[in-house]
Amino acid sequence: MRDHVFRHRHLLGIEGLTADDIGHVLDLADGYVELSRQPEKKCSTLHGRTLINCFFENSTRTRTSFEVAGKRLGADVINMAVAVSSMKKGETLIDTAMTLNAMRPDVLVVRHPESGAVQLLSEKVDCAVINAGDGGHEHPTQALLDALTIRRRKGRLGGLTVAICGDVLHSRVARSNIALLNAVGARVRVVAPRTLLPAAVERLGVAVFHDMAAGLKDVDIVMMLRLQLERMHGSFVPSTREYFHFFGLDYDKLKLAKPDALIMHPGPMNRGVEIGSEVADDIDRSLVRQQVEMGVAVRMACLEILGRGPAASNGPPLK
Amino acid sequence: MSGRRQLFRGARLIDPDSGLDGLGDLIVEGDRIAALGPGIAAEAAGGEVEIIDCAGLCLAPGLVDMRVQLREPGAEHMESIESSGRAAAAGGVTTMAALPNTTPPVDDVSVVEFIARRAREVRLAKVHTYAAATKGLGGRELTEIGLLAAAGAVGFTDGVKAIADALIMRRVLAYARSFDQLVIQHPEEPSLGGAGEVTEGETATRLGLAGIPAAAEAIMVERDLRLVQLTGARYHAAHLSTAEGVAAIRRAKAAGLPVTCDTAPPYFALNETAIGDYRTFAKLSPPLREEADRQAVVDGLADGTIDAIASDHAPWDQDSKRLPFSSATCGIVGLETLLPLALDLHHGGRLSLIDVLRRLTVAPARILGLDVGRLKRGALADLVLFDPDLGWRIDTDAFRSKSKNAPFDGRSVKGQIVRTIVDGRTIFQRERQRSSQ
Repeated sequence: MRDHVFRHRHLLGIEGLTADDIGHVLDLADGYVELSRQPEKKCSTLHGRTLINCFFENSTRTRTSFEVAGKRLGADVINMAVAVSSMKKGETLIDTAMTLNAMRPDVLVVRHPESGAVQLLSEKVDCAVINAGDGGHEHPTQALLDALTIRRRKGRLGGLTVAICGDVLHSRVARSNIALLNAVGARVRVVAPRTLLPAAVERLGVAVFHDMAAGLKDVDIVMMLRLQLERMHGSFVPSTREYFHFFGLDYDKLKLAKPDALIMHPGPMNRGVEIGSEVADDIDRSLVRQQVEMGVAVRMACLEILGRGPAASNGPPLK
Repeated sequence: MSGRRQLFRGARLIDPDSGLDGLGDLIVEGDRIAALGPGIAAEAAGGEVEIIDCAGLCLAPGLVDMRVQLREPGAEHMESIESSGRAAAAGGVTTMAALPNTTPPVDDVSVVEFIARRAREVRLAKVHTYAAATKGLGGRELTEIGLLAAAGAVGFTDGVKAIADALIMRRVLAYARSFDQLVIQHPEEPSLGGAGEVTEGETATRLGLAGIPAAAEAIMVERDLRLVQLTGARYHAAHLSTAEGVAAIRRAKAAGLPVTCDTAPPYFALNETAIGDYRTFAKLSPPLREEADRQAVVDGLADGTIDAIASDHAPWDQDSKRLPFSSATCGIVGLETLLPLALDLHHGGRLSLIDVLRRLTVAPARILGLDVGRLKRGALADLVLFDPDLGWRIDTDAFRSKSKNAPFDGRSVKGQIVRTIVDGRTIFQRERQRSSQ
């Protein structure tokens, strides 16, 4: 499988990746899952390479996951919390990009609160760029780690039915997952109140449901999305109580899914809002902790593919 | 007192006001049109006459661009009255009406006078200005509409912001009517826009950008039309961009309300696909729409519902546009591409040449109550001489405007300005190229 050619200089989104591209990343990541379970977790794949984590938006999980991934591959990892430095000084994104570029990193991992910002930055630098989340647009490594989690547990992705539930409107995780699951031949549903669905969402290749009973019927995977605190009280939904009542995942709703249906959540979870604790902590059904573990492996795979330098930089940038 | 004479010989004379469209000559004496018609070249004989050979060219009234943003006073590094004047001249525009969104805004008589003085000094295209409808463009308190009108303001608007509050809008309309003043609305219900930056729909959803529903336009237009019914004021909806907005104006006109509207080239020349992967040069307010809306705008131009075409010239520097999409400012420069983009409607068979020119000359002049935009004996000689068929490629680097923010770079268009004349003075001239017919 290693002879697959990944024809993209950056990883800016899932859109534009083929099923083969995705399979290649997941195959590589499988190996890194094993490596990460050894007492000696480090290899020298990216020895001497520099990885800069450049986060314009607060993040602990994703940033740490990339940091661990980079270090296990032997890269030098630098964390920049840009949110509290340049942006406050009024430096533009492009200036920041130029500055970072001059330090000659091999990979930039970028998160930004605005859709399209990571692509803009990628156009101004010479190294590979990995999108660690841009606004409401994409979060490709999250979708890849979700796919790896599902594939390891179910043995496949194609043919499965996946329900993505909750705040699809603001979710980059949802967009990346919809793109990925469609690319690999899964059936995708979205389940949410109409105030939390973007316009024309069905055009992304999903079946749309507005109640959990119908939406979860016979699904293999239930993916819950986080509902941001500021959207809970009256602006998009009336209250957390009402939201949990109709759209929160508990055993009553889960029993409508297939008996072996599995639960996922990109974290951090709002217990009692979009997901009940008893379901979230069910070790037979909930994959939440596996998702975090797979996150490191998938990011190692992405860093290996994009971080090795010129050999991987033929081909057009991935949109 | 007779001045210098110029003979424009053998032109296709087009005057939308009188319906004239035929070969002929036009004589300018001093700053005015002395005569026009077929075979009058002999009348110019005797004395010193400059002869301008117009074979194969159209001679029409200079364009009247009723929606231009000046950046002077306040942001002269993006555009000055002089640089916009040069851009206008190159675009065949002899009269512009400027929005009040300068710094300070045009909400005080002194700013109206400042702009008029600067325009007199620059002596390029004629500059008229709208004044703010509300103080500081804040949408709360009325400006001195009577005094501003007396100082020369040609209409009242909050520029690129909607006059959102229904009560304030009612009072603006009612008060403006007392002085027979025009009120111009940026028709978009702002509360529906939220943080929106593109039209709600598949494109917005795929790009993960907050959307503004297309209905935000019709909702504001419909509300305003009810207020026009209440107040009887003259109302003008700017840059219509949706099918529903156009339909609302069409119904209002049929009902006899005193309403007019315009649109701008991006709304009939582009649709939302121009945004591609977050192209901030295609970020506009109102945003680009889906194809069906674009077609409805063309239909509205064809059937006369849309009275005028304005450039909606909005110069922004690189720093305002080289940003993530949602941080970038809205708007594009348009003075230098107004005519060729509008001529697409003619070359595409949707409007006759004279109807395209009507929407660029006498129609906006009438809306603003300005005595320009006509080829008429005795009228001031504001003229544009152009080759309607000459093909060229838009090169934003060649713009005279200080700002180059346009999504039309590299686009092939037809129709090139050869000469622009204001009050008998040539303010722009280009070496004639052969029509590549």
